[in-house]
Amino acid sequence: MESHESLKSYKNRLDDALDNRFLRQAMDKFAVAYRASRENAFACMDVADLIQQVADIKAAAIADSKALLDRFVKKAKAHGVHVHLADTAEDANRIIGEIAQKSGSKKIVKSKSMTAEEIHLNRWLENLGLEVTETDLGEWIVQLRKEGPSHMVMPAIHLSRFQVADLFSDVTGTDQDAEIDRLVKVARKELREKFVEADMGITGANYALADTGTIGIATNEGNARLVTTLPKIHVALVGIDKLLPTLADALTVNRILPKNATGQAITSYVTWITGPSECTTTPSGKREMHIVFLDNGRKKIAADPVFSQVLQCVRCGACANVCPVYRMVGGHQMGHIYIGAIGLITTYFFHGMENAKNLVQNCTNCGACKAVCAGGIDLPHLIKEIHTRIQDEAGHPLQSLLLGKVLKSRKLFHSLLRTAHLAQKPLLDKKEKPYLRHLPMIFSSDHNFRRLPAIADVPFRDRFIKLHQPAKNPGFTIALFSGCVQDFVYPEHLEAAMKGFAQHNIHVTFPMGQSCCGLPAVSMGEKSAARDVALQNLDAIDLDKVDYIVTLCASCASHLTHGVPKLLKDYAPEKAAAFADKVIPYSVFMNDIVGIASDVSAGADVGRKTAFHSPCHLCRGLGVHNTPHELIEKSGNQYVPAVEEETCCGFGGSFSTTFPAVSNEILTRKLDDVTESGADLLVTECPGCVLQLRGGAAKQGRKFTVCHLSELLYPPMEH
Amino acid sequence: MVNTTTGRKKDDSAAVFTQKASLVSAFVHDVKDRTGAMDKTLELLAQKPPLDPQMASGKKRDPSEKILAAPNLDHDGFQQLSDQCRAFPHIHLIRDRLRNFPGGIDMGVTTADFGIADTGTLVINSNDEQTRLATMLCEVHVAILAVSDIRETALSMTKELEILVRQKGSYTAFVTGASRTADIERVLAIGVHGPLELHIILVEEK
Repeated sequence: MESHESLKSYKNRLDDALDNRFLRQAMDKFAVAYRASRENAFACMDVADLIQQVADIKAAAIADSKALLDRFVKKAKAHGVHVHLADTAEDANRIIGEIAQKSGSKKIVKSKSMTAEEIHLNRWLENLGLEVTETDLGEWIVQLRKEGPSHMVMPAIHLSRFQVADLFSDVTGTDQDAEIDRLVKVARKELREKFVEADMGITGANYALADTGTIGIATNEGNARLVTTLPKIHVALVGIDKLLPTLADALTVNRILPKNATGQAITSYVTWITGPSECTTTPSGKREMHIVFLDNGRKKIAADPVFSQVLQCVRCGACANVCPVYRMVGGHQMGHIYIGAIGLITTYFFHGMENAKNLVQNCTNCGACKAVCAGGIDLPHLIKEIHTRIQDEAGHPLQSLLLGKVLKSRKLFHSLLRTAHLAQKPLLDKKEKPYLRHLPMIFSSDHNFRRLPAIADVPFRDRFIKLHQPAKNPGFTIALFSGCVQDFVYPEHLEAAMKGFAQHNIHVTFPMGQSCCGLPAVSMGEKSAARDVALQNLDAIDLDKVDYIVTLCASCASHLTHGVPKLLKDYAPEKAAAFADKVIPYSVFMNDIVGIASDVSAGADVGRKTAFHSPCHLCRGLGVHNTPHELIEKSGNQYVPAVEEETCCGFGGSFSTTFPAVSNEILTRKLDDVTESGADLLVTECPGCVLQLRGGAAKQGRKFTVCHLSELLYPPMEH
Repeated sequence: MVNTTTGRKKDDSAAVFTQKASLVSAFVHDVKDRTGAMDKTLELLAQKPPLDPQMASGKKRDPSEKILAAPNLDHDGFQQLSDQCRAFPHIHLIRDRLRNFPGGIDMGVTTADFGIADTGTLVINSNDEQTRLATMLCEVHVAILAVSDIRETALSMTKELEILVRQKGSYTAFVTGASRTADIERVLAIGVHGPLELHIILVEEK
């Protein structure tokens, strides 16, 4: 992976990965199976509470890392351990190389260590003429193939048994059957001699306990036990982020790590080593033990108020396991060394901006990673922060800069949308009004995977006056926050909702000063533009005069609730919090606040099998799961669950235009899932999802139709 | 899982331990006392298929011979096992110099210091190299655990664990099931670099 890869070359790699049928099938199976096994492992446990405990333990340890390191070093030295502190990757490599050379070691066995991968330790040692053998099965396989791991916990997940059989046939010089049990036994046999002959063993560590000077290593295969027992020398390479005060802390983290990683209650082995243990082949009767603590940017991260939480990572790999993009393209395309959401962030810190700049854009911002993170890290938020940081350092691309500039001025933005409406006229499909027939020039052909809707003749803001019916003694007064897509592309979603509001005597205001919610700017790394529009929206709505700010766009709702207070924490924290407090998604407002009963509109279609696509920002962003199902039933239709109802549709705003090929694959998987549910109709609660799903369903000729929840509840009369 | 011979209740920690250990393919056997444990060990050894040597050992061995390592049994325990072994002609019982058997040993029998019920885990003080090697190089690991040494969770026994872990030169092992991998196509395979099988003998009387 060269360090100056262009976005184009990166996209080519993504295309190759998308064409890899084995990878796609393996990843798909894994994504579904993982969810079930994780759920099973955590059965009867309060996962949120456990995650909070881990987050608290790790956060406290990060804040106290200097003192913990001092305490550890003192203890370990007293046990007879040689402790080394490495500021950089090169320092660590040099230290370990010198330990090998000074001791006259020739052969080294290693158990799996992502930290060793981080610093490219094998390459360094091999350049010194040392023989290094990875002994974890997956790591050995990728080492033999001269690749890096494609998953933090399952390094060879991208390979089939047939590929492994071919590889092992080459290695052993005998034909090997592609039978997994037999292949595992080949590794057992081939590696045994390596263990026995090794002069030195290298491991990582999952935990470093300051109170006792102990390291803890969690493994399944038993290789780390041999690595730390047979050779005369043991070197443990440990990131300073692995320091914890006590055994109890480590035991708490270990309650979640294996469950999150592989759905196991605990790994087969957890090994606690406190100083040099007995070794019968040395004159002293003790092994020579070294611990190399690695900084490599960690202290800088720890001191950063925004990013310090990155070090709460326990390296379980769950963020990759649930990532819709990882599922499509695999680990080599979803990380530099560290894989998955955490990899998108740490690559910038450990391996530099050049390696991070493309990766960091490859995120749909679906929040699936955040929902499972063992360390409670706000991964999607930090990915956007990194994106912003990279753009601030390297310069903002023209497209993103323009977006930022345009968004800052609502009038300019809206007049551009109106102009675009006129410009698209020659392109409109005459027979089917709502879609653009040909894409404008700025899009290349691979954006053509879904049919794009046209910009509406009259935006909602110009229709509102006519629709507006002041309510007498209203039950509630609301500000309707339209978001740009519904205002200018899907005003009919809002029109449908207006019917319902009128039926239930709700007084609706439409503050004309409202602008984009700002999420698209955040997505493109334009944080200052996002802040500007957030302030504009705060000014536009008089909070004293409304009970709720209702929006039919789940992305807007989630961003206004969580994103805006974050953006404005140094600008208008109280007002932003009060604003966020009033924001409510449409489904929750109608079902839980207004409390609509079985509410079938006259002439509406009923009895249809109706699946729901839960927008990421609704289920994970706002914690709304079942409310829309109730509304579907109340509309007189039958809710049918789709297995992956809460999996991202692949829209992700600018994601779908930056990585159309990946977006299309996520979309197709989504539509397959809906087809499998047997639904006639697919309902969702976000105009971005409607754009993606309706456009994709039309393009692919799917048998179901797609609509917004408001259109289901209050369909237009003429239909 | 209710045990009819011992009459244990479903929720007692030995029952939970048995259930959780079984979930990770460990075999749990209930016996009354130490003699029962030794009998069970030798019965398992008798049933065991011949060793599949992982590499050539120093000297040629009789293929019908079975190597049984029992490094951490106390003096009386080892003596008892040794006596009981006499009934079986092909057992080669050892307690040290396990490095001489890099290709593998048939069975390692060790005592376990504790059991952890909620994960079916054994805690084994492995400070001594022979204990470590016995549990790593064997094809079948037999661990003898007293019912009274079973605790509910690792966190609930932190103090006892700390006593083990904080010693200079401590090598404390949590062992849960046999060694395993899912590195090829995520298919579970038992027996990678460690034991192919784990048997736990629960002893009622210590």
